[in-house]
Amino acid sequence: MKPQFTFLLVFAALAALSFTMGAVDPYYLTVIIFIGINITMATSLNLINGFTGQFSLGHAGFMGVGAYIAAIISTYLTTHGMSSDGVSGILVLAASLLGGGLFAALTGLAVGIPSLRLKGDYLAIVTLGFNEIIRVIIQNVDFKIAGTHYVGGARGFAVPQLSTFLWVYGIALVVVYFVENVIHSTYGRGFLAVRDDEVAAEAMGINSTRFKVKAFVIGAFFAGIGGGLFAHYIQYITPDNFTFLKSIEIVVMVILGGMGSTYGVILAAIILTILPEALREFSDYRMIIYSLLLIILMISRPQGLFGNASIKKFLAKWKTGTATN
Amino acid sequence: MLEIQDLQVSYGQIKAIKGISLSVPDKSIVTLIGANGAGKTTLLRTISGLIKSKSGSIKIAGEEITSCPAHEIVKRGIAQSPEGRMIFSNLTVQENLKMGAYLRKDHANISKDLDYVFNIFPRLKERISQAGGTLSGGEQQMLAIGRSLMSKPRLLLLDEPSLGIAPILVRTIFEKIVEINKNLGVTVLLVEQNARMALAIAHRGYVIETGKIVLEGEARDLAENEEVKKAYLGSG
Ligand SMILES: Nc1ncnc2c1ncn2[C@@H]1O[C@H](COP(=O)(O)OP(=O)(O)OP(=O)(O)O)[C@@H](O)[C@H]1O
Ligand SMILES: [Mg+2]
Repeated sequence: MKPQFTFLLVFAALAALSFTMGAVDPYYLTVIIFIGINITMATSLNLINGFTGQFSLGHAGFMGVGAYIAAIISTYLTTHGMSSDGVSGILVLAASLLGGGLFAALTGLAVGIPSLRLKGDYLAIVTLGFNEIIRVIIQNVDFKIAGTHYVGGARGFAVPQLSTFLWVYGIALVVVYFVENVIHSTYGRGFLAVRDDEVAAEAMGINSTRFKVKAFVIGAFFAGIGGGLFAHYIQYITPDNFTFLKSIEIVVMVILGGMGSTYGVILAAIILTILPEALREFSDYRMIIYSLLLIILMISRPQGLFGNASIKKFLAKWKTGTATN
Repeated sequence: MLEIQDLQVSYGQIKAIKGISLSVPDKSIVTLIGANGAGKTTLLRTISGLIKSKSGSIKIAGEEITSCPAHEIVKRGIAQSPEGRMIFSNLTVQENLKMGAYLRKDHANISKDLDYVFNIFPRLKERISQAGGTLSGGEQQMLAIGRSLMSKPRLLLLDEPSLGIAPILVRTIFEKIVEINKNLGVTVLLVEQNARMALAIAHRGYVIETGKIVLEGEARDLAENEEVKKAYLGSG
């Protein structure tokens, strides 16, 4: 099946599904929405960490930048004569997400360029530091336009609700489609080559610096959009939504999914979003059980849920497996 | 094809190349022989832009490339099959070979050249979808050479293609090098410790010792040279 066709088919299915969302219990709907946002976050981080082999621990920083910029844009537009309903609401959200994504991409460029001399642990530390810097900056920004509070420092920022199921999953689909297509194109193999052996990649004529920066910029762009979706769903954001703990959560999804396997990472995003919710009844022991399960998963599948295998190979194996049963 | 003038390269305080001049005429095979640590790999890596030189000049077909980054140098038609092979271990044999053709615009001809590589190294064809990292040492060597050919180079830099390879296979690889040189008109700069074989197929040779050229001449004459015999051919 042609990828464009699959894309349209999945989109149509999502659109149909979105009509049933009204009947879903709000708590479950929130979990479903968070799964979609986490798919966007994890897939975009996978481009940086999994496919290009850069260890970034600052993805929540890009998410935060996107969330706040998008929220500023939508708040400004809705307090300056644009309605948050109907077509106008769609335009407001589209403009906000784009603005948030672009700004996050610029931040990605600013972080990416100086960080490229660094590798492994050092890069991880720098990106982690960047994440904290973003959080501290947000904590100290607060301004008013025409009587409305923007950003709100540590107190938080009220945001109009605009994100819907179809927006969240439509964008997750675009990100997955984009990353998969880039990675499997002749051009995109450059990312994989840089990950495998940077010097050899250079010797093949690949500008490894440019690929690393590109991974950062594209990854940050999508993370910014993910942040925008998040802000416009929960309607109230604070700097604490975007600490390095959130970054680590996304990194865990990428590692558990199997660095560089898009479908594994999607599965991990789903599991790791549901798991903490499913464990709620254990109250105080929740995080202990969560961590234990993570450890068990990592020990039993050190190469990730899928490892490097593609979904096709996995399905093929599964089919032959059931056929012999 | 390749002209090097008074090249100097250092790693921090360590002077690895101390003023080397050499030239590789168009369509010839030139070999560079020398002991461990003489600076052979350093020289090749400097030519392909992976290491920056301290001073001196490198020209390809008259064009100065001394300060070009590696990916620009590939565009000028120089390909390297690096020491230690540097295979992309998570990519398949076919993907590795295609990586070699990364900068090429003539996509239509790539599959033809792929066939050519498979023709020289049938073993690679049998292993077409195996991950590069799981190939045997000798197979990786073939893959590295094949990959460097995929860029359709004018100048091929080979760093110890015989390293860690069974003698019988070494002979085959050297025959292939001659074939590539003759049939495709590719100029070859061959770094080798296996001086006997290298001098047998090369037109000219240079002997490098601790960062300096100490001898140069027709390959035939070098093979007869008493000092070379003693030091590199294990007889004398
Ligand atoms: N990255 C590096 N940092 C410091 N010194 C280096 C580095 N790479 C090489 N050297 C030194 O430079 C000198 C030349 O090394 P080079 O690798 O060019 O030798 P070679 O002739 O290729 O040897 P071999 O036949 O063993 O491959 C050696 O003394 C080596 O220790
Ligand atoms: Mg060497």
